[in-house]
Amino acid sequence: MIKIAFIILSLISIFSALMVISRKNPVASVLWLVFHFFGIAGLYVLLGAHFLAAVQIIVYAGAIMVLFLFVVMMLNLNLVNNEKRGKIIGKSIGAVVSGLVLVLFTYSIRTTKWNELFFNQVTDQEWGTAVKLGSLLFSNWLVPFQIVGILLFAAVIGVVALMKRKITRKVENGIVITQEEDVA
Amino acid sequence: MLSEYLPVVIQLLIAIGFAAFVLIVTHILGPKRYDPIKHDTYECGVDYYGNAQRKFAIKFYIISVLFVLFDVEVIFLYPWAINLVDLGWQGFWGMFVFLGILTFAILFAWKKGALEWE
Amino acid sequence: MSQFNPLEAFNLPIVYWQIIWAGIIVAFVTVFALFAVYLERKISAYAQDRMGPMETGGWQGWAQTIADALKLLLKEDIIPELADRRLFKLAPYIVFAGSLGVMAVIPFGVNLIGTDLNIGLYFILALSSTVVIGILMAGWASNNKWALYGAMRSAAQMVSYEIPIGLSLMLPVLLTGSLSMIDITNAQKSGILADGYFWNWYIFRVPPFTLIAFILYFWASLAETNRTPFDIPEAESELVSGYHTEYTGIRFAMFFLAEYANMFIVAAIASVVFLGGPLAPAPWLNWIPGPIWMLLKSLVLVFIQMWLRWTLPRVRVDQLMHICWKIFLPLALVNFIVIATLVVLWQK
Repeated sequence: MIKIAFIILSLISIFSALMVISRKNPVASVLWLVFHFFGIAGLYVLLGAHFLAAVQIIVYAGAIMVLFLFVVMMLNLNLVNNEKRGKIIGKSIGAVVSGLVLVLFTYSIRTTKWNELFFNQVTDQEWGTAVKLGSLLFSNWLVPFQIVGILLFAAVIGVVALMKRKITRKVENGIVITQEEDVA
Repeated sequence: MLSEYLPVVIQLLIAIGFAAFVLIVTHILGPKRYDPIKHDTYECGVDYYGNAQRKFAIKFYIISVLFVLFDVEVIFLYPWAINLVDLGWQGFWGMFVFLGILTFAILFAWKKGALEWE
Repeated sequence: MSQFNPLEAFNLPIVYWQIIWAGIIVAFVTVFALFAVYLERKISAYAQDRMGPMETGGWQGWAQTIADALKLLLKEDIIPELADRRLFKLAPYIVFAGSLGVMAVIPFGVNLIGTDLNIGLYFILALSSTVVIGILMAGWASNNKWALYGAMRSAAQMVSYEIPIGLSLMLPVLLTGSLSMIDITNAQKSGILADGYFWNWYIFRVPPFTLIAFILYFWASLAETNRTPFDIPEAESELVSGYHTEYTGIRFAMFFLAEYANMFIVAAIASVVFLGGPLAPAPWLNWIPGPIWMLLKSLVLVFIQMWLRWTLPRVRVDQLMHICWKIFLPLALVNFIVIATLVVLWQK
């Protein structure tokens, strides 16, 4: 039962990942990525990481994908779609980088001692539920958690810097006056 | 544990199956007549102008980045809320610092006008 | 408590019942949508001193929406030439499945539920956040300016209001110590005062904070379902009909169905999480079965949604964002912190 579910979910993940990189339309790529995240969430459920699976869907499939779609729509990538195709330099750089990543992954998969890993030593079936995760996160891992908070704050500063301009509106004598000023 | 998720899969499959069934029925019953005007993009009755898939305002992007950040915050709050009674004061103050940082982030974005929609 | 399984007497595995229950849910949502559209027409008519549908089917035009559904079924399924065909076809499925999938974890009785996940409430937030993707997909694939603008506005609004929703739904989770919908329901049976009465429901549990959370949730859920006063994505006077402008026939009906299903879902979540769901308001009313209470509470909330729609004007986009980020979000956050402090103090 678990094996069948694993094979189906893996096939979904791999197939949709292949579709992500083979689509010409970036919007279609993003949408295939959503399916990919669903497959990954299913695999998390198989590992017993229920909370992580839900987070995967909320944050990645829900929030980050909306962000990606906005970015793709904002940059209007479908116009530059065909211009940059077929350039040999770009392709060879891509081939070298992905080749190195492949070597890295194969090396780490082959040298990892899987039996000694944390999740293979856990005997508690409930380890991935929100309750267990929360009690660990807010006792043993409190400092990394605070660092995440600071990271999020840094991201907010980044967003504000992106925005660059502050527009203020006020109404004087029934006329709307718009003022623009740089803030970052 | 795993079998808990089976009804969700069943529910999704039956919903999609129902939608597909209704679509098949409508293709059997409904007419299929091609008309260049009917298959045109609707733009209030006049001829359409340009491509709709155009560049978009950055404010949508800013809202969605802010959403991602605060969504992560809310997600961290849930496991804390479940365990609050067991965690006691240590966990409570831990979350207080985290919330303090994020409240400061909201106030910062607010002050800089990132929450305005113009 | 073990899951309800009427097929147990026939020695059949529970999966048969799960399939039947999923079918019942789909049928229920369809019938509910037909009923709710009729109800909405009647409410709008009486709000505007009209009669509403009176002809079809005889008494009070009761068959009007059934006739409309049949009409939509007999219409042509038009896909505009400029549309991205594949995405255009796929989008209604995602919106529809995303809405209906949520129904699997909504309890209709203390043991009548599709499945009682240990991350129940979280699962609801997760699956309903994917509806946004379907809406953006529909708007983009239509290649229509109105549809795309409607989809963008809809997405921006839905994601913004997800945060106050998440924060206000956290109060019951905090008080229960569990995300499971069944645990949240059962925790509302007993409290400080006598057991089994309505004052143990979370809405009355820690006044006034849980009441504030309920009101915040209800208002934010109006934005989540794109309803007045937050129906900017479908503002007819400026955007034709939003992200489903180019959809016709039964594909349009699927969006419509999902929208009315969402109305029911947000009402059902509110009634489970704050109003005790299938619990009776007093012990001497326990002879009325849970599903009836659940439906009654949800339908009252749906009625309030419609009532508000035909009473309030639409807000502007900047007002909408202002309300979300500068009123709802700080209020929900402060509300949550106060409750958390109270809970810790109470326990110590």
